[in-house]
Formats: sequence, C-alpha cells, structure tokens
Amino acid sequence: MPATRLMPTEIGEDLIELTRTICDRSLRPKVDEVERQAEGGEVFPREVFAELGQAGLLSLPFPEEHGGGGQPYEVYLQVIEEIASAWMSVAVGTSVHSLTCFPVATFASPEQQATLLPGMLSGDQLGAYCLSEPQAGSDVAAMATRATCDGDGWRLKGRKAWISHAGHADFYTTFARTSDDGAKGVSCFVVPADAEGLDFAPPEKKMGLHGDTVREVFFEDVPVSDDRRIGEVGQGMSIAMAALDSGRLGIAAAATGLAQAALDLAAGYATEREQFGRTIGENQGLAFMLADLEAAVTSARATYLHAARLKDAGRAFSRQAAVAKLVATDAAMRVTTDAVQVLGGAGYTADFPAERYFREAKITQIFEGTNQIQRLVISRDLLRPRSHRRR
Amino acid sequence: MNIVVCVKYVPDAQSERAFTEDNTTDREGVDGLLSELDEYAIEEALKIAEAGEGEVTVLTVGPDDAAEAVKKALQMGADKGVHILDEAIAGSDAPATSLVLAEAIKKIGSPDLVLTGMASTDGTMSVVPAMLAERLGLPQVTFASELTVEGEGVKIRRDGDSSTETIESSLPALVSVTDQINEPRYPSFKGIMAAKKKPVETWGLSDLGVDAGQVGQANAWTAVLETTKRPPREQGEVVADEGDGGTKLAEFLAAQKFV
Repeated sequence: MPATRLMPTEIGEDLIELTRTICDRSLRPKVDEVERQAEGGEVFPREVFAELGQAGLLSLPFPEEHGGGGQPYEVYLQVIEEIASAWMSVAVGTSVHSLTCFPVATFASPEQQATLLPGMLSGDQLGAYCLSEPQAGSDVAAMATRATCDGDGWRLKGRKAWISHAGHADFYTTFARTSDDGAKGVSCFVVPADAEGLDFAPPEKKMGLHGDTVREVFFEDVPVSDDRRIGEVGQGMSIAMAALDSGRLGIAAAATGLAQAALDLAAGYATEREQFGRTIGENQGLAFMLADLEAAVTSARATYLHAARLKDAGRAFSRQAAVAKLVATDAAMRVTTDAVQVLGGAGYTADFPAERYFREAKITQIFEGTNQIQRLVISRDLLRPRSHRRR
Repeated sequence: MNIVVCVKYVPDAQSERAFTEDNTTDREGVDGLLSELDEYAIEEALKIAEAGEGEVTVLTVGPDDAAEAVKKALQMGADKGVHILDEAIAGSDAPATSLVLAEAIKKIGSPDLVLTGMASTDGTMSVVPAMLAERLGLPQVTFASELTVEGEGVKIRRDGDSSTETIESSLPALVSVTDQINEPRYPSFKGIMAAKKKPVETWGLSDLGVDAGQVGQANAWTAVLETTKRPPREQGEVVADEGDGGTKLAEFLAAQKFV
C-alpha cells in the first residue's frame, strides 16, 4: 500500500507520482536480479542512476540556477523514501550523491559553483564521499590523509575506507588534513575521477546493499588544483559535519522506505497465508504485531519530516536530524526483523525479499554516523549550556 | 507539422469499477488518470514533432478532473492543451463525443495529423476515432502499430490476426495507434516544471457552436438499461490422476471441443 502523504505543493505531488512510476516501471522489475548479481560487488546499476538523473531526481534539493530542482527537503526526502521502498541501494546512492554535492552548493565560492555544479547536478554524474578512513570512522578527527601545498595546488596522499560508488563515481568529495591542528586542520576538495594517482581496492564483500559498491580509495600524491578546494583551508571538518546533518536525513528517509516495503510485504502475506483454517492475520497476536510495525514506520516518517521542515525554514535541525536517523533506522531494523518473522520459513528464503530487507536494514544503524554517534549528537545538544530556556 | 492528440481521462483500471444511478461510469468517487492507451498516441506525436518542426496540442473532453489528463500530456512534452468542459456533455455517447471533438479540432485550427489511442481503457469501444475522421472529412487510418511520415503523407502498419497491412494516406489524416507502436516516456522533473507554464484553454459548448440538445445522456442514441457485476470465476474441474489422468484430460478437451 503506498504511503499516505500530504505534500506541501502540487509540484511535490507530481514528483511523488513520477517517482512511483519510475519505481514501478524500472526499479522493481530489476531489483532482485541485480542485487543478486551484485553480491560480489562487481556489478553496479549505473544505468539506473542515469535514468533517475535524466528524470531530474538526482539533484532535487539544490538551487535551480545551477541545474538543481530547487525542492525543499520535505519533498526531496519523500522522493528518497519512495525510491527506498523499491530499491534500497539506489535510494542510498541518491542520498550519497546529494551528500557529495552539498559542500559545493553550500560552501564553495560563486565562481566554483558556476564551474562545478552544472555538471554535478546534470544527472549524468555521480559523486562519492571520501571522509572515513580505516582508523578514522566515528573518530573523524583522527584522519590521516594529507593534502600538501604544492605550488599553486595540492597533493593528496592517504587512504579512505567504506566509500560508496568508488570506482564508478565521476568525482570524489574528499576531506584531507592540511595541518596537524586536530579538527581545525582538515580541508575539503573535489577530486575528479580521472585524477592521476587515484586508485581503488577490490569491492568489499558485504552483508547486503550489494547494489551499493563500496571500496577503499587510495590517493597516491593525487594533484588537485586550488580552485577545487571548497571553503576555507581548515574549514573541512565543519563542512563535513554540516553535510552529514543533511545526509542523515536522507538515510532516515531511506530507512523509512525500506521499513514500509517490509511492512507491506508482511501485511500482504498475512492476508494470504492460511494456517489452522484461517489467514494468519486473523490471529490477534500477529495482527497486533503488524499494528506495532505500522506505528514504527509512521513515527519514523514523522520524525524525519519534522527535522526536514525545520531545515527548510532555516532553523537549527542538527539534533532533530540525529533523532530522525536514530528512530528511523532502529525502526527499519525492527520492522524488517519482524517481517521475516511474519513470513516464517518463507521469510528466511530468498524467494521473498524479507531476508534482503533485513540484511539491508542493518547498515542503516551504522553508516552516516552509528546510532551511538547519533546519541552523542543528541545528548551533547541537550546538555549544551544555554542562556535561554529552549522553546 | 501540427498535431492534435485526443486523450481521455478514465477511472483507474486497477480500482473497482462503479456505476452511478443512471448506469453511467462513476467518475466522481474513483481515482482517475490519463487513459494508458492514449499515452502511446502522445508519445508518437512527440516523436514526430521532435523529428521535425511542429506543435502538439492535446485535447480532452471531460469533467473538471479531466484537466489532469491534459496536465500529464503537457508534462510528457505536449505544447498546449484544450479542455472541453460543459455539464451538458455528461453522459454523451460516442457520436456526441466525436461531434464535440470535431468542432474543437476545427476551432484549434487545421492540424496536419489527428492522433488517438486505439480505444479508451474504460469504454473500449474503439469507434470514436472512426466517427471523428468522418466528421472532419479526413482519411481514417486506424490501429497503427508503426507510423512513418513520408513527404506529404503517412504510412502505417496494421497487424491483423492472419496478415499485416501497410496503409498509405495523404495528409491531413486521422491515425489511431495501438500499444505496440512505442514505449511511452514518463515526464521528467523538468517536464513537470515546464508544464505549469504551458497554455491550457478551457472551452464550453457555446465556444464550439454546439447545441446542448445534440449531446448529453438525454440525446444519446443508446441507453444502458442495467449493469451487472461479472460473476466470480467458478472453480474449475479437478481431475485426480489415478493412472488415467491423460485419458480424462483428453475427454475433457474433446467435450469442450478444444480438440
């Protein structure tokens, strides 16, 4: 059953209809087969992103003057949620692409935006976000990748880990250390895919989300011109954190869509599967389980939409985004776990997508800030000294 | 080349079909959409227009909500829309519908090509294209599964059960297309934004010089006396194989005159 949505504009309504059409015509018919083929990480559904790009769905939250859709997060995130209900890897990829464009759209100079954004937002390009390192996951400030000033430009040297789209992306939004001054010693660069010295490890073998190719990325003295440095030297960490605040909302929306898909599957199965002479949904124990899942999905959607509306209104939303990421991804884990339970033995087989949803849900509690890090963000904000009572 | 595409706003075929008290299709209480068979006509018009120069006008007759069908066509890429909206039209039969469409097309101008779907997904009568061609005095070239514009004329392929016909016609002409002719595009976000700025005219019967006495349910040539739901499918005959399954199967097929 499609989610009930109250869109803020007619354009928003039309966008949801367009997204549902693309999901039904292009994504749902392919997802099972491609996710199976991609299990070793060697297959990447680039053509699906090309189709989304052509339809204008890869650049929705960015300014129209540079080729974006000029859409509020309230609309953009619901599009992500719809995509996730059809194909989680593709929804995550769409969110990751937004994450890679965000630093340029928010912190770059007008000249850089005019040069870089039209390509990044054209729908033809896909970005990768190079922040994490083997020894710098949650502890981002432990970053060791270094950018050294080299005359007019920079040389990047180091190693990034768990990078989505690595080897398939057209550009790499990369964070590297420009001084040893801890969190203040990091800067942001946009590295083109054809840069010399850029190399990749074989794809990681993962539990799920196979359509999202993930690799280590190696920077071997990669030359980057200074006009591809985004923001001030040393501003990188605050750029990365700001990007993640928004990126978290994308993950919250994707997790909600995944949970919705699992719930729809479980509810449908419960009305068809018969045991003891009646459908299993006629047992109150099971029906109430489904009711709890519906409550979990609906509250996940409400929390991310609340944060989105604050963001769209220009208000602070970092804490609410962390709450949304925490609530929605925990909901996804629970709903997909219970969906497998509702389908019973069938749910444990690959004949139904329940087991895939279950595997895909796990990563949402981990990436773009583990849910432990979300609690850190939330509690730090709660306990921050304030001169006024919060309203 | 100027093309007019006639489209219809129909109840969603996925949802339950309902009828009003006067036995006409209930269009109020159900979700509607652009008839899927008309998407093929729009796609074909857009392809022809894109290949050369020309303008695609999409035309519909229907209640308020039918504007949605026009909007969808504009989002796909049509240039302008015309919506014939008049309460007196409600319940019109195919001859009256073709009359309204014909007068609207005359008012739009003299298109080089009028395109329609092969049928609507709700009425599925397939007669409006032929009636419309007759009223406009145009050659009717129906059920095209392939369409090419060649010089001053068109050539189509019509797939039959036992033969395939190639038909040529001069222009202007009316062509109805099947669902085999192309793969309709869906709108892009750009198309959605652009459609908001495209002109849509809404005309009533008086704008077309059509008298209310020529249309509507009261003046229809046919009347639906009653409607009945299709009975649920009966359970088939189950044959338990006790070593003679093949024989029983052959007997069944013979009894039904299948073999």
